Amino acid sequence: MSAVDPTEVFRQEAAELFETLEGALLDLCQRPDDRELVDSAFRALHTIKGSGAMFGFDKVAAFTHEFETAFELVRKGEIKPTQELISVALAAKDYIRALIEAPDSTDAIIGDAILDDLKRFVVPAAQPSGAAPRMEERAESKTAPEQRSAGWQLHLEFDSQILRNGSNPLDLLEDLAKLGPCFAVPNTDDVPLLDAIEPEDCYLKWDVTLSSDCDKAAIDDVFMFVLDEMKLVITPLAQVELPAPAPLLQETISEAPAVALAPAPEPEVAAKPAARAEARREEGKRSEERGIATVRVQAERLDELMDRVGELVIAQARLTQLAASGSDLSIKMIAEEIERLAASLRDTTMGARMVPIGSLFGRFRRLVHDLSRDLAKPVEFVTSGEDTELDKTMIECLADPLVHLIRNAIDHGIEDSAKRAAAGKTEQGRIELQAVHSGAQVLVTVRDNGGGLNTARIRAKAEEQGLIAPGAALSDNEIHQFLFHPGFSTAQTISALSGRGVGMDVVKRTIENMRGSIDLSTKPGQGTTVTLRLPLTLAIIEGLLIRVGDGRCIIPLSAVEECVELTAEDQRSRGRNFLNVRGNLVPFLRLREILQVPGAPETHQKTIIISTGETRVGLVADQIIGNHQTVIKSLSKLHSDVTIFSGATILGDGTAALILDVAQLVALAQARSEKQQMNEAA
Amino acid sequence: MATVLTVDDSPSIRQMVKVTLEPAGHQVIEAGDGAQGLAKAQSSRPDLVITDLNMPAMNGLELIRALRKEPALTGLPIVFLTTESNDAVKQEAKSAGATGWITKPFKPEQLLAVVGKLVRK
Repeated sequence: MSAVDPTEVFRQEAAELFETLEGALLDLCQRPDDRELVDSAFRALHTIKGSGAMFGFDKVAAFTHEFETAFELVRKGEIKPTQELISVALAAKDYIRALIEAPDSTDAIIGDAILDDLKRFVVPAAQPSGAAPRMEERAESKTAPEQRSAGWQLHLEFDSQILRNGSNPLDLLEDLAKLGPCFAVPNTDDVPLLDAIEPEDCYLKWDVTLSSDCDKAAIDDVFMFVLDEMKLVITPLAQVELPAPAPLLQETISEAPAVALAPAPEPEVAAKPAARAEARREEGKRSEERGIATVRVQAERLDELMDRVGELVIAQARLTQLAASGSDLSIKMIAEEIERLAASLRDTTMGARMVPIGSLFGRFRRLVHDLSRDLAKPVEFVTSGEDTELDKTMIECLADPLVHLIRNAIDHGIEDSAKRAAAGKTEQGRIELQAVHSGAQVLVTVRDNGGGLNTARIRAKAEEQGLIAPGAALSDNEIHQFLFHPGFSTAQTISALSGRGVGMDVVKRTIENMRGSIDLSTKPGQGTTVTLRLPLTLAIIEGLLIRVGDGRCIIPLSAVEECVELTAEDQRSRGRNFLNVRGNLVPFLRLREILQVPGAPETHQKTIIISTGETRVGLVADQIIGNHQTVIKSLSKLHSDVTIFSGATILGDGTAALILDVAQLVALAQARSEKQQMNEAA
Repeated sequence: MATVLTVDDSPSIRQMVKVTLEPAGHQVIEAGDGAQGLAKAQSSRPDLVITDLNMPAMNGLELIRALRKEPALTGLPIVFLTTESNDAVKQEAKSAGATGWITKPFKPEQLLAVVGKLVRK
């Protein structure tokens, strides 16, 4: 149904309405006093006029309006439907039909003649309005005479019934806030005692200070549906905000806090000093808001703050540990309090550094548009996850890599129109840019629906450059990794945009500098997806502290799904290393094995199920110690070849613990289970 | 997104509502008269009702009054379509319990604006 052209639906409906109208008009010749017939004709005209205007038949709407005006008088009984009038009406009807069926070839002169005829009947009676009343016109006339103001003081009292009638005062306040910064003070004077409260009644009144140079009509528009169900007093702020004489000023400042707590006084009732205090306070508030909007802090200061918070968290961990080992209740309480405060301080500090990635995505819209035009490849650009937040410095570092990836996607990925048509694809290519939280990481994906990577050509190029021996046995994925090799380009012709072999290696290096990783996946003929995996936070994470042998490790808590015991049955299936979690087979890794801990495993081994995206892997440890606020300390360059650890941290007792790299472990487990399956198959 | 019930005896108005709201992500269900509209509102619990006033078999005013008597539909926003800018009609519909109105002819953006105003989903 939704595929039907609405204009066509209108034409069909209009055809039916014309029949109704014609029938009613002809019947009126016989029974000129039949009200029912007049109403029926009137309703048909009404619908033609209303729908016509909506479907772009403006001439129809304008003409029908005149026609209707004449008929209005018939309906009111002011003029009789004489034979003459009815014949003109029938001619008018035919004219409207012609306007709908062939709008361009219908002569306006005929219409004017018919209208002139019609007007002969209309003139004797009261002169009706000329043009069809339109929403915009009325809105215009409303806005014209209004003055502008620096802001508005509003007093809102809603009818108690307002909620039952489907309006929500909070939505209205929200709409009001869209006009500018709002400061709303609810007045609860009318709220009755609990047992007298009707849950569906509205008892609150509001006093709102709106800092906006919008006109009064804009405020009226917010409340347009409820104006008759409320008391709305709108006062321009300039009228309230009189300059206070110097001696009074001190007085008002000293009393300002008290006023701030009380509901805002109504202008007409309030004593003058109070009103001024109110105005001052509002002004203070506004300048404060302006301040908030423009505070600029050097990034180094934020880094410093983060470092301090890190130290604080470590000290707090020590305190918690100390308190837990003692029996002093009050110390325990203080330790808990400090733990809570440190956690919220950490979140606030990190939050101050987070910005939504949308600001970055916005820049690429233009890039795609320009590239698409220059290369004559129509491309649809779709973004999602704009409000995913990332550390500010990371967002800045991401800009260049994403430019490279998007250029590559358009230049190499999307085929030209002819090729796409030959492959049976839509002419318009599609590039998706997506950001999404996944466990402890943010995944930024650039996906195109182009031709996919040409594995054979990459292989040939790698052989030509001497990177691999001809005919070496490599998986497709391994071959694709050559794209990240410095100076590697397979583009046969080097365009201004891409194909010069600088780019992908830089992209990879930039991402890795941010402790991130880059994945490539491609399907011939269907497109390529490049996924950037970036750590969510740079400095502190929630971790799960575990023990393996004598050493302790941290697993980022956001990657942990659940902890289960490694049963004797799972132990026995030694060769296979699969765990049965509620019917699903999950591959697991023994951390003792990976970390090469000597000696026999302890009797009760625990498995921590971790996940990245959709892949789940179990990690077998000796003991799960508990949650730990983990301040990440990066490993030195000497340890850059260590793959399974992403960093280290200092524990409450001053010892170090290594942080496991979840992505690497999942990849390792996957590689092992694939190998195992291949071995079994062989 | 939101489920919107459009009640109108004119299929082209219903179609107009549908083609305007569906691309914006709303689900649109239709009813050809007031009686049908009441039944559909009871069965599918829409987030918003857009009704014409002038309809056969239970007109818009009767529908609004009937919907307001449904305890399960308390607070349901109801918008009526009116061709007249006549305040008496608006007044009557408002006192019957309507939340707002749209003046016909309306443009798609006007319809979307009203839906956005009354539906927060």
